[in-house]
Formats: sequence, structure tokens, C-alpha cells
Amino acid sequence: MKITLNNRKETFDTGPLTVSEILDRKSFRFKMLVVKLNGELIPKENYPSTPVKEGDNLDIIHLISGG
Amino acid sequence: MTVFQNITSLLETKCVGIAGAGGLGSNAAAALVRSGIGHLVIADFDTVTPENINRQFYFADQQGRPKVHALQENLLRINPKIKLQPYKERVTPGNAKDFFNTCHVVVEAFDKATEKEWFANWMTQHLPHIPLIMASGIAGWGQQDVLRIQRAGNLYVCGHQKETDTTNTPMLAPRVTQVAMMQADLVLEILLKELPRIP
Repeated sequence: MKITLNNRKETFDTGPLTVSEILDRKSFRFKMLVVKLNGELIPKENYPSTPVKEGDNLDIIHLISGG
Repeated sequence: MTVFQNITSLLETKCVGIAGAGGLGSNAAAALVRSGIGHLVIADFDTVTPENINRQFYFADQQGRPKVHALQENLLRINPKIKLQPYKERVTPGNAKDFFNTCHVVVEAFDKATEKEWFANWMTQHLPHIPLIMASGIAGWGQQDVLRIQRAGNLYVCGHQKETDTTNTPMLAPRVTQVAMMQADLVLEILLKELPRIP
């Protein structure tokens, strides 16, 4: 499937995938994340159950300490 | 009116929230006051320490003072007419709405990733109509090309978003200030969309 991940086109060999599976495949391993799917915030506990489908727009933001 | 006059007369009607008055918040606030923003809401629980002076908009003789009070003093020296609402409190889900409800844009300038996370979630759920400008990844120096802005609807994230180890990669004035300026410039980008066109 093809999705937009962080404003870039991204192709996966299968689909749909859950948010957790995409985090895993793309090696996003940070503990502090904000995930938005088609503009909607996805709570952490829903990562394993939220499907990402063809054409979806997924934003994954790493939060790093420092201010 | 010139474009500059249009900009300042628009910005003086605007309110910006600053959540945290450390390296990001204090420097972003200064740039926003210089740009002509009329009203700032600033919340921070902390006091100025000697370790802050290398990158935050405070001076050696302000050590030990609450950051919001020291910042108020410094901002009033730039513009004595600016309307400031300083809160010497930690921002929590219990008080965030009272602080930022009436702001046109909010700048997230906390220190800890855990604070950034709850605030991003909270703002997206409770004040989704207010643009939130965050910072993530501000340590280090050199290779400025790593700095970027990620835009996700009403959420904007400035910085390199790279995990760094704080012992070997400290926070230094140029990059911290640079990211604070990216945040301040995004505030202008959002607010100046309303700028009237010159005929």
C-alpha cells in the first residue's frame, strides 16, 4: 500500500498495517511520540489496534527533551 | 499604510501563549515582543539558575528570581506597552485551559519530553482550533541543515528530532535560539495570513 508518512510518499509491500507495525517497520523506537492519522491524534494504547490504509496520511513526531 | 505598519497593527491585536520560559520560551517571547505582538501569556514554575545564562534570555543579576518575573522585566524593557500575563506555575491539565484558552497561537517550550507529550495530546484534544508550535531536538551545534519543521495540521514541530546524549551534546545558545526563532517565525506565518493585501 502507498501512504503519506511525514509528508513523504511511502510504499509498503502489504497493507493495511497497524500503527504499531509501521512504527516497527520504519524503526521508530523513541518512547515519546505523537502520532496523527489523517489529522486525528492516535492515543498510545490504540497503536496496536489502529489500521493504516491505502492513501492515509500518517504523521509520526519524535519528542526529545530540551527546552 | 505601509506593509510594516499593517503587520504591527495586526500583531498588536494578537495574543500568544508561551508554555515554559526556558531557552525556547524566553527567546521566542523576546522576538515576538520585538515583532509587535500585543499580548503574551507566559507560564513557568522555575527560577533562573547560573546554568541557564548560557542560552536563555536572562542576565547574571537575575539568578534566583522566578523566570516569569525576570522575563516580564526584560520584555517590558523592549516594549513598556506590551500586555503580559505571567503565571509562576507548572502547566498542568488542570490549569492549561485557563492559561491558553484565549490565545491565537501557543508555543510549547517545555524541557522534558514527557511534558511535551502530554501537552501535545491535551492541546489536540481540548483546544484543537489553536495552532500549537512545538520544539523537539535542540541540542548540539553545527550542521544546521538538520533543523526542520514538521507540519501536521494545526501542530508544528521545530528542531532536529534526534535523540542526543546530554553529556556529550549540550544545549548551546546558537541552536536553542535558532529553534526558538523558528517557532517565533511560525507564529508570524500563522498570524500574518490575515494580513490585508495592499491594493
